[in-house]
Amino acid sequence: MENSRKVLLVEDEPNIAEAIQFILSRAGWEVIHHAEGRDAAQIARRLQPGLVILDHMLPGLSGIEVLTALRADPVTADVPVLMLTAKGLPRDREAAERAGATRFMTKPFSNAEIVAEVRSLTGAGDIAGRAGAESGNVTP
Amino acid sequence: MSRAPLIGTRLRERRIAAGMRQGDLSRAAGISPSYLNLIEHNRRNVTPEVLERLARALDLAPEEFSERDPGALVAELRAAAASFPGSGAEADRAGELAGRYPGWAQLIADLQTHIAGLRQGIAALNDRLGHDPHLSAALHELLSALSAVRATAGILVETEDLSPDWQRRFHLNLHQDSERLVDGAEALVSWLDHSGEEAESVVVAPQDELEAWLARIGWTLPDEAAADQIQGREARALARAWLAQAQKDIAMIPEAGLRTALAAGGDPALIAARFGVPVHAAMRRMAFRPGSDAGLVVCDASGTLLFRKPVPGFSPPRYGAACPLWPLFAALARPGQPVRAVVEMPQPGGGRFLCLAWCEARLPWGFAGPELREAAMLILPDPAPPADQAPIAAGTTCRICPREACPARREPSILGTAPAAAAKPQRSAARPG
Repeated sequence: MENSRKVLLVEDEPNIAEAIQFILSRAGWEVIHHAEGRDAAQIARRLQPGLVILDHMLPGLSGIEVLTALRADPVTADVPVLMLTAKGLPRDREAAERAGATRFMTKPFSNAEIVAEVRSLTGAGDIAGRAGAESGNVTP
Repeated sequence: MSRAPLIGTRLRERRIAAGMRQGDLSRAAGISPSYLNLIEHNRRNVTPEVLERLARALDLAPEEFSERDPGALVAELRAAAASFPGSGAEADRAGELAGRYPGWAQLIADLQTHIAGLRQGIAALNDRLGHDPHLSAALHELLSALSAVRATAGILVETEDLSPDWQRRFHLNLHQDSERLVDGAEALVSWLDHSGEEAESVVVAPQDELEAWLARIGWTLPDEAAADQIQGREARALARAWLAQAQKDIAMIPEAGLRTALAAGGDPALIAARFGVPVHAAMRRMAFRPGSDAGLVVCDASGTLLFRKPVPGFSPPRYGAACPLWPLFAALARPGQPVRAVVEMPQPGGGRFLCLAWCEARLPWGFAGPELREAAMLILPDPAPPADQAPIAAGTTCRICPREACPARREPSILGTAPAAAAKPQRSAARPG
C-alpha cells in the first residue's frame, strides 16, 4: 500500500478512534491507531504515513508536543497533520498553527467531513469499492 | 435636590387614598390646614416630627415616607435612563416620576439593579467559561462523548451493509458514550449549581476520579506526591488511602517473594497462606504489580462495586448493577469459601477469563451487630480451557448484554432486536446499567 493511503490516527478516546478507523478503512485507507502521545512521533517516523490525524489532548504527551516533534524530524517534517480538537479556544488553535498543523477539525465532526478532509490532505481521489472494514482491514 | 417635593406629593396621594380631607389630616396631625396644603404641594419642607405625626394620622409607618431616600431613588432612575440611552426616558423629570409614582419608580430602580447584577453574573460566567479548568475538562469530556456518538450513529445510519458484529459493537459504543454524556451533563449541571463551592468535587465521582488516575499511572504504586496531581479533594483522600493500603500490601508481600509465588502457579489463596495475609491482600498485589494483566473488582454486601480495575474484554459497569452471574456474587453469598470459575464474556470484544473470588466478613460491632462483607474477584485473562466445567456465559450488565435468553436477565438489552421472550419482566426499580 502506498503511503498516501496510510493514515496514523493518534487518539486516546477508544470509541472515537474505532469510528474513525472504521470510516476511513471502509473508504480505502489503511489506518494505524495509537492511543498515546508519548511515542507517536517515533511511530510516525517508522510508518511514514500519508497523513497523521492527531488529537489535541493526549495522555503522555500533548498533541502540540507530538506535532512539534513531528516537525522537528526531517523524516516527518512535511507529513500533513490534521489536528482534532474538542476545544474551540482560539489560543489552542493558534498554538497548533504555530507548531505546524496542516488543518483542524473541531469535535464533534461528521463522518463525511473527516473523509473529505483526509481525502483532500492525502491527495487521494475517490477510492472505488468498499474495501476495508468489511474485507478484514479491521475487525470488531 | 430637595426631598420636600417628593414627600409632599406622596403624602397627598396617601391622604386621598385613605379617604381623608386636608382638614381631617391636619387636625389629626396637629398642624394647620394651610401648612399641610403647602407641604402637599411641595412648597414647604417637612420636619421629621411633623412627618411622623402625619404618618401616624394616616395609619402608616413613618418609614413609608422616610425609608427610601428619594434623592437616591431619583439618582437610580437617572442611572437607569443612562443605561439605555436610546430609550427616550425623560431623565430630567425623574424627580417628578419618583414623587408621583413611587411604586413604579422603585420598580424601575429595582429592575435597574437587577439588570446590573445579571450583567455582572454574565461577565463572571464568561470569565469562568474562559478560564475554569474544571469546566474546560467537563466540556471536553462532553464534546468527546458527543463526537463519538455522532461518528458512531453516522456509521449505523449510513452503512447499509453493516455486519451484525459491527452493529453490536457500535451499539455498545453508543451506549457507553450516552452514559458518558449523562455523566458529563450531570457534572456540568452540578458544577453550575455549586458555582461558589469547590467545583472540583462535583466534576466526577471521587471513585471514578481515583480509578481514572490509577489507569493513567498504569495501576502501579506511584510516589506519594503523585496523589497531589488529583484535583478533587475527596478523590485525593481516596488515592492516599489507596496508596497507604498498597504500601502495606507490599510490606506484607514483598516483590521478590511474590515473583516466586507467581511462578509457582499464582494462586492468591496460596500466596495469602504463605505470607500469612488476607486473601484480598494477595489479590490486590497480583492486580497492582507493574505490568499485571489481572483485573480486580471489589463489592460490598449490597453488591455495589467499590473498586474496578478493568481488563480488555471485561469492563465492569460504571453504573447500574453488574451481571449477577459473576463468581464475585457467588463468593459474596459464601464468605470464606473460594469460588473459581471460567467466565466467558460476550463477543465481540469478549473472551474467557479465569475468575477467583473470595469474600471476607468483618464484625466491627462484634457479635452484637451485623457483619460486614466485602467480596473481591481477580480476573485473569486467557486461562487454559477448563476441563471440568463449562464456562459461565456472563456479561457486563443486562442493558448491554447480547445474551437475550439468559435466565438471569433483569431487563431487556438495548442490543438485541429479537423479542426478549425469555427475559423476565423489567423491574421498575432497576436502573439502566
